[in-house]
Amino acid sequence: MADSANSARGDLKLASVTKSYGDFTAVDDLSLTIPEGSFFALLGPSGCGKTTTLRMVAGLEEPTVGTIHLGSTDITFTKPYQRPINTVFQNYALFPHLTIFENIAFGLRRRGIKDVDESVNKVLDLVELPHLAQRKPTQLSGGQQQRIALARAIVNRPALLLLDEPLGALDLKLRRQMQIELKWIQKEVGLTFVHVTHDQEEAMTMADTIAVMNEGKIEQMGSPAELYDNPKTAFVANFLGQSNLIKGTLVGTDGDSLVADLFGQKISLPRSRSHAADSSIYAGIRPEKFRISLLQTSTSGNLLSGGKIEDVSYIGVSTQYQVMMPWGQELMVFEQNDDGVAPFRIGDPVNISWEPIFTFALRGDEDADAGTEVVPEDLDEE
Amino acid sequence: MKKISTPYLLLLPGFAFLFTFFVFPILSLAQVSTATPISGGDVGEFEQTLRFRNYLEAFLESREHFGRSLVYALLATFIALMISYPLAYALAFKSGKYKNVLLVLVVAPFFTSFLLRTVAWKQILGEEGFVVPPLRTLGLISESTTLTSTAGAVIIGMAYNFLPFMTLPLYASIDRIDPRTLEASGDLYANGFTTFRKVTLPLSMPGVVAGTLLTFIPAAGDYVNAELLGGPNNTMIGNVIQSRFLIPDYPTTSALSFMLMAAILIIVIVYIRKAGTDEVV
Repeated sequence: MADSANSARGDLKLASVTKSYGDFTAVDDLSLTIPEGSFFALLGPSGCGKTTTLRMVAGLEEPTVGTIHLGSTDITFTKPYQRPINTVFQNYALFPHLTIFENIAFGLRRRGIKDVDESVNKVLDLVELPHLAQRKPTQLSGGQQQRIALARAIVNRPALLLLDEPLGALDLKLRRQMQIELKWIQKEVGLTFVHVTHDQEEAMTMADTIAVMNEGKIEQMGSPAELYDNPKTAFVANFLGQSNLIKGTLVGTDGDSLVADLFGQKISLPRSRSHAADSSIYAGIRPEKFRISLLQTSTSGNLLSGGKIEDVSYIGVSTQYQVMMPWGQELMVFEQNDDGVAPFRIGDPVNISWEPIFTFALRGDEDADAGTEVVPEDLDEE
Repeated sequence: MKKISTPYLLLLPGFAFLFTFFVFPILSLAQVSTATPISGGDVGEFEQTLRFRNYLEAFLESREHFGRSLVYALLATFIALMISYPLAYALAFKSGKYKNVLLVLVVAPFFTSFLLRTVAWKQILGEEGFVVPPLRTLGLISESTTLTSTAGAVIIGMAYNFLPFMTLPLYASIDRIDPRTLEASGDLYANGFTTFRKVTLPLSMPGVVAGTLLTFIPAAGDYVNAELLGGPNNTMIGNVIQSRFLIPDYPTTSALSFMLMAAILIIVIVYIRKAGTDEVV
């Protein structure tokens, strides 16, 4: 075994990595650095190239162009079994003919470690399933198999742990529980986790840093809060949560703020949140940042007037409104039900207001619907 | 009247068939195996004398053929396994869109009769075939060496004839292996050879066991390959049974058949116990 590659540690660096299958480019000139010890998520819709990226890091695919480094070691063409990288596969891929104990010990034994008992038992304790050691994988529930798949990978203390939609097959409640556990385990063992998912909530719950991928490229990378509050593209604005994108023009500046004209009404937004290339923009505001008021009420901050309530959905913690604006666009507004005020009714004439700092600006030539019509991912895809 | 449940009614034709063509012949075989020729009677007339010595005599006369049958069958099974495993593996994992075409090709020999295919092998390996003359010209075999009438020809013939019985169960069990378990093995520091030894092979054991049994059992009782491709020194137990049958010496034939069945049964039971297929998912 190549010890040099196997003992590599450090940041994972992908430099200009491209993967093509014939005419189809799955991953397009991707450059990325994942710092050692972080919980990193690759988030994107089905077919965006995130799984292909993961497989190249694991060594299951070779890049067409580009290099992959772990620390200072080039692992671009290293065989999977020579990389200090382990994977938790989407369907767990446990060995059906081996006991849980032997499944977990598999990697240790292959590396010539004779005394595996202590390590295996320790990791079984970590995933809280020590009583299942002598069972076969088929005798376990989905959630248990998922933990064993995780245990089988982390027992090797890899420099990098790859998780390929590891929670995709679990039901919602179990998934939420495992998200918290995974995050806890990552802190506990201190390994670098790279998590591939199409579930934005999952990515935001767990990861320190998220890279949003679309059509083989990284759209934006940052902390969950950064991506949510200050998306750079319409795809990110729509794929992570929901956004109202209103067409407009930048007309001036006011200190650290920019002034924009949205269908004849002036609003201001922080200069740091503008990603516009020229004066044509989409102004973006998250639905929960809006406040609705009846026409006569006075408001501060940004204000768009002339709206009319089109639809009301009461969902307990909040009420969701569709507000028709004079220029024919429906805006989405989420109001918390915390003020005891009776909800607005369909047909009420309203103003919409919000704090200027919650506004972001995207390039005006973007497709405002990018990332909205994403079909839920099929498990067996990619 | 008591109501007979449907499953038993559905089983009835099968039971009737098995009784007529399996249980009854076996009992009749058992009956004949301890019979002796009627003194002064016609050729082929026997009476039941419960002469169990028939078995001992038949065995002592033919033990050489018994041994040869088992050795030939084992070798043929081994060769078939060596050819079939890579073939079945390629069919399962590497054949892509040609999978069905290739599977038909594996089964295609069955479209012709077993006998004709063996005769064809006799032609291929014969003096006038396209194998022997070139080898002679090149001096690789001497003028007096033949390929037919050899143990090798018999074993190769059997390996060929029973190949689909080996390939299909192997294919079925290899095809069931999730390729991601093989990726997982590579991911967990196992190289290609170790992955085969520790994951692929154990997971395909049901196919190996089924394939080897389906090849070994008919090969052990076969007489066609030895008859057509072998010489006087390659006769197997099947040939002895056939020639005794034509005399006719039914008691010896029956005794030999029973012993062959018993031998195969014991070997199969021991083998399945050893291979422990019930443990393999």
